Amino acid sequence: MAYTKRFDSRKFDELRPISAKVGVIPNADGSAMFKIGKTTAYAAVYGPRDLHPKFLQNPSTGILRISYNMMPFSGHGERVRPGASRRSREIAMVTQNALLPVLDLTPYPNSVVDIFIELPQTDAGTRCAGISAAAMALADAGLEMKDLVSAVAVGRVGGTLLADLNYEEEAYKEGSTDIPVAILPNSGKVTLLQMDGFIKQEELKKVLELAKKKCEEIYEVQKKALKEKFKVQK
Amino acid sequence: MKETILVKDKDIVVPGETVAQGMSFLPGRGLYRKDEKIIAQKLGMINVEGKVIKLIPLSGKYIPRVNDNVVAQVIDVLMTGWRVDINSAYSAMLTMKDATSEFIPRGADLTQYFSVGDFIVCKIVNVTSQKLVDVSMKGPGLRKLTGGRIIKVNSHKVPRVIGKEGSMVTLIKQNTGCNITIGQNGLVWIKGEPEGEIKAVQAIRLVEELAHTSGLTDRISEFFNKQGKTKKAVKGGEK
Repeated sequence: MAYTKRFDSRKFDELRPISAKVGVIPNADGSAMFKIGKTTAYAAVYGPRDLHPKFLQNPSTGILRISYNMMPFSGHGERVRPGASRRSREIAMVTQNALLPVLDLTPYPNSVVDIFIELPQTDAGTRCAGISAAAMALADAGLEMKDLVSAVAVGRVGGTLLADLNYEEEAYKEGSTDIPVAILPNSGKVTLLQMDGFIKQEELKKVLELAKKKCEEIYEVQKKALKEKFKVQK
Repeated sequence: MKETILVKDKDIVVPGETVAQGMSFLPGRGLYRKDEKIIAQKLGMINVEGKVIKLIPLSGKYIPRVNDNVVAQVIDVLMTGWRVDINSAYSAMLTMKDATSEFIPRGADLTQYFSVGDFIVCKIVNVTSQKLVDVSMKGPGLRKLTGGRIIKVNSHKVPRVIGKEGSMVTLIKQNTGCNITIGQNGLVWIKGEPEGEIKAVQAIRLVEELAHTSGLTDRISEFFNKQGKTKKAVKGGEK
């Protein structure tokens, strides 16, 4: 059966309601919250700072270290086992790859920039929410960046192409394809592209166009949140 | 292509945002050129000076620079000197030779000069490409700090805490009776009467919060006036 109406009665190309805030963690050098539907991501940036253990130090550039963590109570009923897992390590790695192209850490040899992404509440699209939050937090930390990074998941559920899948759609019985995408909004370059499922070539092309458009929407939210922090209050 | 500037002076821009279009503008610090466009590289405030566009960063860690006076904390005592934390990604080295004009005999116990945890005011004399930092204590005003309290402010907001020709820090000193030393790295040492210290901390926090706004000195004097009034009111109530 075709998927004709979304579970949460959104339009097929409609994002879930988004809110974002910068500077939510005062102790961090930069921080941000990114909330999309029922998925909430907090990102805290520390550094550049001293890097230990010493063998990780790189004398020609600073390094970026990511921690991605879903909180035990965040998911759908089942408790998420706390601590690092195979899944969280992979997501931390792809997040690092998604963010590194915009960062220049060569002025900080032997040091590290740590990003902690915490998800207190999840409903699919966590890596995308994490990347969007981390990009804002990096900007807030005052690091040199060529561009921001905006990320969204697109996909095909029951033969219908749509944007920003929630958990129900991702777990749709009659087949679901989930494609998280991260895009540099000003240059249009793609820094994250993963896929879970099957899709036809033409459909992939179409759905990536959709992702680009949706990332621009997310970029506007990120931009607004970053500027909001420095609004003059009388 | 039309030559236009897309932002106003004192606008906040985010990384990746196009600030101006056309070859007649020059990108300053914190901006870069890509083809015809000038693009922001950091989160910060735009400063337009004729054809040169600059970006004043509003956040970020302290990057050590030569000739900066910084407030530092001794974190280790070594064979030939001290390692000090300068509130940046890199720690600095204070050698025996640069620490004091006194003669330090061979094998002397260096903790009698500075021990772990002590705060000092020092000057950065050298920064290498690998960010190895050397500091010196030889110079006017460079000394060990005793008593008082240390607070951290963002290093990019230090110029506002100091004010034009020291106007802001003088204002805070006058109104609180405190002795204040501000390091370029964002560490501020305050010493005075406990009430005065608290007042000074509040004032500096306010400056930090409002650093990117104009008429800052007026706002701070207003803050002190208001404080003075409430204090009097409380005293009156006691009677």
